[in-house]
Amino acid sequence: MNCQQARPLVDFYADGELDAAGILELEKHIHDCPACALAWRNAQALKKSLKQDALFFTAPTELRRAIKAELRSQIETKPRWNFWNWNWLTTATTTVATACLALLLTLSLTRPSEEQRITQEIVSSNIRSLMADHILDVVSTDQHTVKPWFNGKLDFSPPVKDLAAQEFPLIGGRLDYIGGRSVAALIFHRNKHVVNLFIWPANGKDAKPATSASIQGYNVIHWSEANMAFWAVSDLNEKELMEFVQDYEAEGQLK
Amino acid sequence: MDDRERLKAFEQVVLPHLDAAYNLARWLAGNDHDAQDVTQEASLRAFKFFGSFRGENPRAWLLTIVRNTFYNWLQKNRPPEIAGELDDEALMVEDVSVNAEAINLRVADAETVQRAITGLPVEFREIVVLREMEGFSYKEIADLSDVPIGTVMSRLARARKQLQKALASEFQTGGAK
Repeated sequence: MNCQQARPLVDFYADGELDAAGILELEKHIHDCPACALAWRNAQALKKSLKQDALFFTAPTELRRAIKAELRSQIETKPRWNFWNWNWLTTATTTVATACLALLLTLSLTRPSEEQRITQEIVSSNIRSLMADHILDVVSTDQHTVKPWFNGKLDFSPPVKDLAAQEFPLIGGRLDYIGGRSVAALIFHRNKHVVNLFIWPANGKDAKPATSASIQGYNVIHWSEANMAFWAVSDLNEKELMEFVQDYEAEGQLK
Repeated sequence: MDDRERLKAFEQVVLPHLDAAYNLARWLAGNDHDAQDVTQEASLRAFKFFGSFRGENPRAWLLTIVRNTFYNWLQKNRPPEIAGELDDEALMVEDVSVNAEAINLRVADAETVQRAITGLPVEFREIVVLREMEGFSYKEIADLSDVPIGTVMSRLARARKQLQKALASEFQTGGAK
């Protein structure tokens, strides 16, 4: 083998594309020929230079995401032309659209308002607290104990009042969860009845006079004042619960 | 197979090679923005033609589509770059007559190598990526790039010669460590 024959084989060898007989001959030639040995070393140095992780570009995350999203949307919107004829498709589309519209109307007309939803949540929470015997996190008839107990547990400070003088003694407080946020619950007694008073920030809504509702045998009264929303719930009759509300409002806020 | 299953299979079989697809597109197009366009278009085309995928090497299959998408894109966006047709025939002879004995190459740093590859004509960049970064055989490259295997060898030899020269001159000017 001479240099003319050997030189192109150097690359094939480096690429693993040379057969066994070729390798033997080439190695023998390289052993005796400094010029071809240099070519061999250069080929290896070049190969190493090209095989660096830093030279490999990885696909940007946003590209990956865009492609996946595009593929998804393609299969979701692709109509099946081949199987359905046009008339059929048009009829079907119209029918589906009409049905959707009707459903949408029904839903929007019958969908509970936010107020109704919260009323339901308040009543459920009241029932849960009574059933699970988990009505109190902090047991104290002293508002000076109950109010500080909420510190660090809520992102607001609920006004805590004791209405013992009005025969609605404060029993304690607990943390609760209403309408997607943590709220304060204060518990008062009247005779054997329990009044749960839920308090959370009114988020800038205007002061609102008390309105009452009744579901599942419970009366619910809510109002807002001083940028706080108040929801009182009890199995007391509406009149007595309204008394509680008025007493609570009338009582000067104590610290 | 419904559309959902087809997409799932595509995501499992083909999309793992998205990095390879982007890498090839990036070296061919020369910048990130165009590479992303090419890769995205190629991926969508691949999904469209996924029905014709017969279980061969999915990476080679995807890169074939990336390559074709890129040359279509190039024709539309940068026609001058492909104007200079490669004279593959003349090359075989030239490459065999070696006159680079003076070069004593060392392993160069990535930045230097990147500059050297960027200086190659697009067909050479393609073959360098397919051979050195993706490790495809001559035969696989010939199928992928739709050229005879002899052309693969000659282009590869020429690309390497240019790279060696470029890197050697970088050493002389102190561009490499």
